[in-house]
This record gives sequence, structure tokens and C-alpha cells, in this order.
Amino acid sequence: MRGIIGVGGHVPHHRLDRSEVAAFFGKGGGRGQRAVASYDEDTTTMGAAAARRALASAPGVSPASLWFSTSTPAYLEKTNATTIHASLRLGPSVDALDFGGALRSGAGALRTALTAGGPTLVVAADQRDGLATSSDEVAGGDGAAAILVGDAADGPVIAEYLGCGIATDEFLERWRVPGAARSRSWEERFGEVTYGPLMTDAWEAALAATGLGVDDIDRLAVAGTHARAVSRNARRLGVADDRRIDDLSGTVGNLGTAHPLAVLTAALETASPGETIALMTLADGVEVMVLRTTDAIADFAPARSIAEQIATGGSISYAQFLSWRGLVAVEPPNRPLPNRPSAAASHRRDDWKFGFVGSRDRSTGMIHLPPARVSEKGGAVDDMEPVPMAETPGTVVSFTIDKLVYSPSPPVVFAVVDFDGGGRAPLELADCGPDEVEIGLRVEPTFRRLFTADEIHNYFWKVQPVRSSE
Amino acid sequence: MGSHGIKDQVAIIGMGCTPFTEHWDKSLDDLIIDAAHATYASAGIAQEQVDAFWFGTSQSAASGLAMGGPLKIHGKPVTRVENYCTTGSEAMRNAAYAVASGAYDVVMALGAEKVKDGGYQGLNAFPIPTDGTQRTLTAAGMFSLILPAYAEKFGVDEDEIRYAVAKIAEKNHFNGARNPLAQFRRETSAEQICQMAAVAGRLSVFDCAGVADGAAAVIMCRAEDAHKYTDDALYVKALSFVAGTGAGSLDPEYDYTTLPECKWAADDAYAQAGVTSPRDEIAVAEVHDCFTPTELVLMEDLGFSDPGQAWQDVLDGAFALDGRLPVNSDGGLKAFGHPVGASGLRMLYEIWLQLRGEAPEERRIADHGRKLGLVHNLGGYPGEMVSFVGIYGTKLG
Repeated sequence: MRGIIGVGGHVPHHRLDRSEVAAFFGKGGGRGQRAVASYDEDTTTMGAAAARRALASAPGVSPASLWFSTSTPAYLEKTNATTIHASLRLGPSVDALDFGGALRSGAGALRTALTAGGPTLVVAADQRDGLATSSDEVAGGDGAAAILVGDAADGPVIAEYLGCGIATDEFLERWRVPGAARSRSWEERFGEVTYGPLMTDAWEAALAATGLGVDDIDRLAVAGTHARAVSRNARRLGVADDRRIDDLSGTVGNLGTAHPLAVLTAALETASPGETIALMTLADGVEVMVLRTTDAIADFAPARSIAEQIATGGSISYAQFLSWRGLVAVEPPNRPLPNRPSAAASHRRDDWKFGFVGSRDRSTGMIHLPPARVSEKGGAVDDMEPVPMAETPGTVVSFTIDKLVYSPSPPVVFAVVDFDGGGRAPLELADCGPDEVEIGLRVEPTFRRLFTADEIHNYFWKVQPVRSSE
Repeated sequence: MGSHGIKDQVAIIGMGCTPFTEHWDKSLDDLIIDAAHATYASAGIAQEQVDAFWFGTSQSAASGLAMGGPLKIHGKPVTRVENYCTTGSEAMRNAAYAVASGAYDVVMALGAEKVKDGGYQGLNAFPIPTDGTQRTLTAAGMFSLILPAYAEKFGVDEDEIRYAVAKIAEKNHFNGARNPLAQFRRETSAEQICQMAAVAGRLSVFDCAGVADGAAAVIMCRAEDAHKYTDDALYVKALSFVAGTGAGSLDPEYDYTTLPECKWAADDAYAQAGVTSPRDEIAVAEVHDCFTPTELVLMEDLGFSDPGQAWQDVLDGAFALDGRLPVNSDGGLKAFGHPVGASGLRMLYEIWLQLRGEAPEERRIADHGRKLGLVHNLGGYPGEMVSFVGIYGTKLG
């Protein structure tokens, strides 16, 4: 039996209320909210966050491959999956591949993993942009999802893969040239009409491949950026509205490449055993994957569910959103830009920089962040063991708000953090307003992009407040 | 093994200091020349009589050429020294040891910094290639960590602590207003400072040292030779230095209410000088008030206040010009300004003036019968710093 072993989603903390757009411009906007990546997040860091949760949901399972899909990669030519790979501290024999560019690549990577061999962590992330007042601006969202695929021998399969249906076609419905700030699309009716028969073809092919009838499908998720094709055409498939899975459009927005994976993740996080789920993706053709949840899903515990993340978000202003997206240029601090990090120095410390691995002195037990060769106490030399800290929460023991220092989004909220079980580090706080920080605040590590200098993204760890909807 | 010091082996026979200000019309070379020649005049000697030179600058130049070139020093050693904000003190300390060792008869240490040519407010470090994981806070941000930690540890209301450190700025501005060489010569009140916008934690720009260009220098010889040059020398009683390990950034036992490197340096200096009760033996102290919380905790680390009591002593005026132990009588980094490489020697310059009765009358300290002056100079941040303490006196023995 092959299928899904673990899932994890990442919904950025910040939410834009769509009504703010019309309040500002007198047009645009809509109802509900969209998720907004913080200034220190990109598709790589969001993918890393989702991937950590997917692995945490499947304790003891080690992927043999990591595949990363996005239409908004942090780098071209350089593989972004290796950054996620390093943040997860996966071994060198685990491959890391980017499936880039097209919105289809997320669903395609997932289906390829489901039909291939070996435990594979499929990660997809996107940051969806549009010009101010556009429908893309508000319909889109930022976020990531990760799905760990494997065989029963790799770990408990929570959703068995039953089969798929595919309908490929070449037509120009939505496109974006490299470097462009926005996507373009043909008139709406063309897409709606063109997707219609493709959806039917793929749907019938999936039912035929799995030997199922329409009534056997307990739940249907439809993902795609063409809103009318998704909402109207899908009604013709014969699945009642009450069996449709929430596509997160009201709370998170459309996550592009990551959207089908995120919708499936959210569905599996609340699913019961024996549910047959169809996931249809519209992107330059249509594909349908069919899965059935197993008894193992009754014991499945998501690391931090998408529903939980939706419930604990914080709002940002439209002005902040526009400045983070570079659509409004805001006066920066009059300070020199930071230096680009050294590739050689970074590579020597991959474990620390990307994996947040410190060292523990074997003789005294003292934890050193960053890792050290000589112990601070006792002076032992080269007698340290690595100590991974990425999953260790901590407590703020002192803090400050720095309005003078360079930051892509001042001010810097900064804290001295003592980690549970030992270890201290002075770190920036992410997703934390100046009014939120206090001595005693509980925090947890989060992988972020500190800044970009000379076209080099400087990734490292911050801490974020531990948030709970309880 | 041991730290023995060089008490009474080295004499200071001349000092000079330029105004500290935004010297838009002076280059680094100009500042070096002005400070050096003021110091030759003070010692009554010519440049040719100096046998070796130490040049302290943090970010304005590299190598001894930067001093030897403008001064046209021919055929002599010029050593460039850098050690963060203690650079000037380090140039002086190493020069003093060269005299004490017998290697040279007469030496000069000169510190200079040209910070206003950089195009940005504040200090900016040299770009060193790294893995990009280093802390990105400003010095103001790092030192602002002291206030909430101090308030929490000693159970004092944070507003009271904030007011107390503003009183430190008020005092140093009061003193700077009586110093013609100082960058800021206007008095200001703690109340005004508390009302200003915060830039880092609770600190406003008036809690931060002034950023200025400037230079200062000293000429030294063996103590037994001092009479050849002056009847009014100052003698080195102690020179101590501690470089930390960055322990505060990794050891949860560190609580941001003390600067251990400073305490260790002070303990060593007191031992070298034979000082057992600093409050009763030190007449005047110049300390590194880079930010107002720094001076607050230094009062405790240097033994001028009991732990947890410095804020009360500050409010009581203990360290004012007319207090029991005047601190930063020249205005300190706060009002005199902070040209990094020059500041340590500027501090010594004030001790030179005060102990020898040459400070202008409006800021001259009262004679309590104490004969020692102390210089404290640090570089870095709470939990990860270098620290210097020097003690000087007018009498041998």
C-alpha cells in the first residue's frame, strides 16, 4: 500500500482583510482574508516550515527524496530544495530537487511521488502577487504545504493512493514571464469553457482507473486559480455541495502551486477513517487524484494544523502589505546595507546556519550557540556533540526594540532567549509586534530570510511567539 | 604567573587632545598632526626625541603608516593598535609596557578617529566575511537590554530606572557644557530626555554617546626620568585589561545587570595599585558611558556603588562634579563625543588635567585629599566585551 504518511501546512501569521483594499482605493478587495508572508519569509522558508510539520507528524520516518515546487522561487539555477533539505538536517544521500515554474508542478510532483517508490517529502510553496486592486491581489495567498508519501513499510499510511485521471491541453489561460510583477490571464469565459470538458475527462478517467462511482466519492476538493471554472464547472461533476472540501479561499487565499497540497493537508488533518477523497487540480489541463483514508488516520496527530494556524493569525494593514510586496517604497533606515554572507563561511557552518544545531560540551553539558570547539566552562577542547535546537522552545529573558538598526522592515524586535533544557542565544523575533514582547514570553525557533544582499538571500533562524488557539 | 602591573615605573609627561566635534574641515591626518604637536608642546620635547609610537584607530585607517606618514616620523617604529572602543587605551597600555621593559626611553601613544566621513550616523563596522548568522542589533539596542533586566533583578520600577539613567545624561551634559573641547556644550534635563522618542528599548538618542571626530595623545618615559621633562608628571599605578569570551550571549547565568569583564579588570587594577577601598581612594573617574545604562552598572562593577544601589546613588548626585566621587567630569562619551580610537586617551587627558589642577575652574573637582584618578574604557556589548582599567596618581609610592 502506497499513500500519504504525513502532512504539514504553513499559513503565515499575517492576514490581510480584503475589505482594506476598497477602503484605500475605493475599489478592489472583497470578503474574507488572505494570508501574507512576512517580509522575512519566502517560498523556501515557508516550504521549510511546512516540511518540518510534515516530518513531525510522522515520527521516525526519514524521506529518501525531497521535492520542492513553487512558481515564485527564491533562486533560479540554484536549487531551493537544498536549503529546505539543510533546514531539516536530512542526510547527503537524500536528494533535493526543484519542480519549478508552472502552477501545475505542485500537484504533479505529489502524483509523481504517489506513483514512484521510496519515502518522498513533497513540498510546495507560493507567494501570490497581483497589482493593487487586482483580483489576483486578493484572491491569492501565501503559504506552503508538505506531504510525506511512502509505502506501508516506511510508516503508517493515513491515506492510500487509489489512482488518478489526467487531461492535458495546451491553451493560454494564465501566464507570467520571468521577473514580471504580475500574472496575466485571457478573458474569463475562455478559461471556464475550456476547462469544462477537461474536468469531465479527467474525472471520468479517475473513476474508471479506481473502479469507483461518483457516489463512492465522500469528499471532493477542487484547486485552481480560475475561480469560475472551480466553482461552476465542478458542480457538474455530480458531487453534492456538502461533500466539497473548503478550498481555504476565504481564510488563506489561493496558494498557487501549493494550493492542492494545502487543501488536501487541511482535509486530512480532520478526516476520519474510510473517507474516499478526490483532489482535482486545474492548471493547464486537469488532474484528479483519488485517495482513501485508512484506520491509521484515527491516531494521526498533525504538528500544528492549518485550522489552528488560521485561528491564530494576526492582521496587518494594507499599507504594510503594499510595502512588504515592494508596491510602495518606504523610506529605509539611513544605515549601510548589510554585507552579503560569505558562501564559504556559510558552507562551513551549514548545520548551524540552516539546521540550528549547536554543540553540547560532554564534560559539563553546557550548550553552545553557535557551536564551539572549546568549552566556555572547563575549557575542554573538541569534546562536543551536536545538539539540534530547531524544535526546542525557549523563554525571553530580556528584549529590546531597535529602531536604528538596518532591517527590511524596522523596527527590529530582539530578545535574549534561554532555551528549555539549556542554551542561550540573542535572536530576532519574527511575527511579533513591539507591543507583544515581554520577559517570560514563550518562543520557538523559525527559519527565516534575514535579508538579501548582493542577490544573496541570508537565511538563518529567528524565534516566534508560541501561538495557540486554546 | 601573575598580573604584576608596572606601578610607579612609567610617568606621563605630556598630553594633548583636539576638540571632539564634527570636523568637516579636518582630515584624519589633520587630527593626528594637531593632537601630536599639542602633546609635544605639553611635554616640551620635539618629535625626534620620541623613540617609538603606538597609533590607535578602530576604523579610520590601517597600519602605522597612517600616523608615520602625516607626522613624517623617520626611522622609528609605529604600531597600529585596534581593540574596539578601547583602542586608545590599548595603544597607551602597550606603549607604557615598552617603556617599562626598558626597550625605549620615550614613547607616544596617539588615538584618532574620523567617523564623520562615512555618510551615516553612528559607527559602522568593517565588513568581515561571515556566515551571516551574527546578531544584527545596534550597540544602542544591545545596551538597552540592561534596563528591563536591572529593573527586574532589583525590583525597581522601570520608569524609575529610566529616570535614573536620564540623570546620568543630565550630569554629563552639565559637565560637557563646562568643557570647551566637548562636542555637546548644552545642558539638558532628565525630564526632557525622558520625553524624547525611544530609538532602542527605552533609550533615546540623548542616552547615546556623541559621534565625533577627534584625536588625543600621550607621551611617557620611565618614572626616574620624568624630572628631566617636568615637575608635574602623572604616574601609572595600574593598567589592566580583560577580553571576554562572549559568555553572556551563550550562558543563561548571565543576567545583563553587570559587565563582568569590567569588574575583573577593575579588581586586577585595584590589586596592582594597592587600592582597597576605591570609594575612599579614587578622586575622579572617567568611565565608558557609551550609553546611559552602561555608566549605571559600571558604578557597581567598579565598586563605586553597592549592587542594586547605583540608581539611588545617581539620583542622590553621588557622581556629580560636587558629589562624593565625580564621574566623567569632562562630559564623558555622552557630551565630549566618541571618536572611537581617541576616547581612551581623552579619558586619560581629563585625569591628567584634574589631578594636576589644570582643569578649568568651572569643572574642577574639589580636593578631598584623594590622589588617584581612574580610567575605565570598554568595547563591545553586555555579555561580550573587552575592558580596560587604568589608575594614575601624582605621587610615587
